This record gives sequence, structure tokens and C-alpha cells, in this order.
Amino acid sequence: MSEHGERSGNERDWPLFEVFIRARTGLHHRHCGSLHAADPEMALARARDVYTRRGEGTSIWVVPSDRIHASDPADKDMLFEPAMSKIYRHPSFYDLPDDVENM
Amino acid sequence: MYTQGLNQAVEDSGPEDAELLARFQAKIDREEKIEPNDWMPEAYRQTLIRQISQHAHSEIVGMLPEGNWLTRAPSLRRKAILLAKVQDEGGHGLYLYAAAETLGISRAEMVDRLLEGRARYSSIFNYPTITWADIGAVGWLVDGAAIMNQIPLCRCSYGPYARAMIRICKEESFHQRQGYEAISRLAKGTAAQKRMAQDALDRWWWPSLMMFGPSDADSPHTGRSMRWKIKRFTNDELRQKFVDATVPQARLIGLEPPDPELRYDEESGHWHFGEIDWTEFNEVLAGNGPCNRERMAARRKAHADGAWVREAATAHARKKQSRMAMAAAAE
Ligand SMILES: [Fe+2]
Ligand SMILES: [Fe+2]
Repeated sequence: MSEHGERSGNERDWPLFEVFIRARTGLHHRHCGSLHAADPEMALARARDVYTRRGEGTSIWVVPSDRIHASDPADKDMLFEPAMSKIYRHPSFYDLPDDVENM
Repeated sequence: MYTQGLNQAVEDSGPEDAELLARFQAKIDREEKIEPNDWMPEAYRQTLIRQISQHAHSEIVGMLPEGNWLTRAPSLRRKAILLAKVQDEGGHGLYLYAAAETLGISRAEMVDRLLEGRARYSSIFNYPTITWADIGAVGWLVDGAAIMNQIPLCRCSYGPYARAMIRICKEESFHQRQGYEAISRLAKGTAAQKRMAQDALDRWWWPSLMMFGPSDADSPHTGRSMRWKIKRFTNDELRQKFVDATVPQARLIGLEPPDPELRYDEESGHWHFGEIDWTEFNEVLAGNGPCNRERMAARRKAHADGAWVREAATAHARKKQSRMAMAAAAE
């Protein structure tokens, strides 16, 4: 379920697409918004018109919103809390002599 | 503002879980964003649906007064600028409709509400653009007032709305400048051009101040919206900021706002201005402004005229899909 979730499903609107834009070569595509379109081709054309009028992108992905599965906010603690207590996964956890170099 | 009709109460839908409510408010107090799948009070959801959709409708209807001058702009430069601005406003409408959709209302439903006269848009777009100077005044004053309102909305507690506003504010920054540039050019032109610029200011000044909505004394729900951090400043605070910023801009180009009471108050550091004609404001909101009927007729016509395009695109998409399915089955 995406940001729009199952709520977006209705007969009269065209399907909803999520739009991802790569700002420059070498960067990830990033989510920047969503739009309705009859098909993926039209979604791409519209994404170009709406989200890249000022040189914001060099590549566009469009994904049907109902194909995105998302974690449930209610599961947030269960899913992410375990990572918070494992501070030894970070380099700053370790005690090293002050004058050690290149580490 | 673009959402100035917000002063009717949203019905409270019975008691809600006190613990959920407390957790929700605590999250807002910590300046954390509320996201679409998070729990929220029904009144918060309904207030936002109404505010964001009114804002979206305003962007769309707001294209009409400027569209009026697209084919008659005085130079190719001005025409290209105006076209880019109007195109931006269409995009703003889309970002905002998409943000409202995350709250569980469909685009089709929002469009129906507008076309059937059940939803409001900003009163400002019910005034006519009768001269080229009006296009300068719209960019300078109307977009200027909109920016005043939209900058604090970038910090709104509802994530999708805040993110849409950040995008919009980035794009807005040229709208006000191009308008001020256009009207400055007239103000420095021939005597007739200067008169035209002053006349545009005379007609747009008060309606622009009305954009911020009723005075705080007549906005009973401001407190709740502030507590929910949907609103960060009251209507009167934003209006005062706008007047303080705009009066010096007018005088700098030799124009004067049409208000005999206007004077700088040394003590408060603010410009004092006269009483707004709230009867006019209420009349425009009630549908009796100079262009209300024309604007709605234009929107309905555009929607009806576009029906065949929407149908053709749907049919084309279906045909392509079934062709692909057939090709896949033949493999
Ligand atoms: Fe806009
Ligand atoms: Fe604008």
C-alpha cells in the first residue's frame, strides 16, 4: 500500500501512478509525487510536464500506486526498534587509542 | 486565503479514543509530521480535505483570469512568462489534489464538488482582469498574498500537504516578481500607462487583503487549526505582514494603495490600514462577485469539452492492454 493506499481506488478516475525522478546521473531516483493517467505511457508524458519543467530530472520512473506495498505505521516499533539498541553496528562505538591513524 | 471559506465548523463525529487523541497531539507538539496511514481525528481529516481541495480549486480557477491575457500579452517575452506561470498554477492544482487524495477523497469527487458549486475557491478569482496592468497586479498582489500564506504551510503538520507546499513555494518565487516587474514598467511609462497601473492597484488592493479571510474575531476555528499546526499564523497576522511588505513596494514605483487611512505607525512598526468592506467579501463568497458565474461556466465548459479526450485515452489504454495480453498469450 502506497501513500495513497487503497483509498485511491475508484471507477471514475484513471489509475494513480507514483512518480520517481533521477535529478542527475549518478543519483537514485527519488519519489516526487503522483498523478493519474490512463496508462504508463501517458503517466510518463504527464510526469515530464508536471515534475521536470525546471530541469529537475534526467530520468523518470512511474509505478502504479496499487503495486507498492508499504509497512504498517502501527508496526513501527516492532520493525525498527531492534536496530536502535545495536549501537555496536556504528563505527563510533569502538574505543581506539587516540594516535591510531588511517582507521 | 486560498482556503478562506474555512470558517464553517467541521462536525465532530462523536467521541474518539482519548489515548489516541493524546498521542496524536503529542506527535504534533513534537513537530512530527502526520502521514496518510497514521491515525488522525476525523475532524482533522475533514478540515484538511476541505482546506487542501479549496486550495487546489483556487489554483485551477485562478488560471482563468490570467488565461484571459495569454493571446494578448504585449510582447513575446511577456507571453512566454505568462504561459509559464499559468502552466505552473495547473501543476499546483495537481500537487494539491494529489495531497488531498491521500486523505481518502477521490479526484472525481473533488471535481464534482467544484463543478456543482458545493466547494469553494478563493474569492480573488471572481474579479475581472480588464487591462494588461491587471496581470501585473495579479502577479504582484495575488501571488504575493498567496506566498505570504503558503510559506508557513510548508511546515504544516500533515506531511503530504507540507511537501506539496514546498514544491509550490519554489515555483511561486518567480510569479510575484514577474508581476511586479510588469506593473513597474507601466508605472514608469507614459502618463496613460501610469494611470493604468494605478487603476489596477486601486481595484486589486482591497480584494487582495480579503484573500486572508475573515478577521480573527470572526474566525472561530483558528484556535483548533493552530493547535493542530495546520495554521501557523492567524488571518490578521498574515494580512498585516502582507500590508507591511507591500506598501513600500507600491511607493517605490510611485503608486499609492487606495486607502486614506494608510499610515506607518512608528510605535508598532506596522502599517495601519482602514477597515475592509466585509459586505463585499461575503457577497463574493456567496457567489455574487463580478465573475463568479463566468468562472464556473468556464470550468464546466472546459470539463465537458474535455470528456471525449478522457474517453479516447481510456479506450486507447484498454486497446493497448488487450493487444499486449493477446501477444503474450500467443507466445
Ligand atoms: Fe500557485
Ligand atoms: Fe502563483
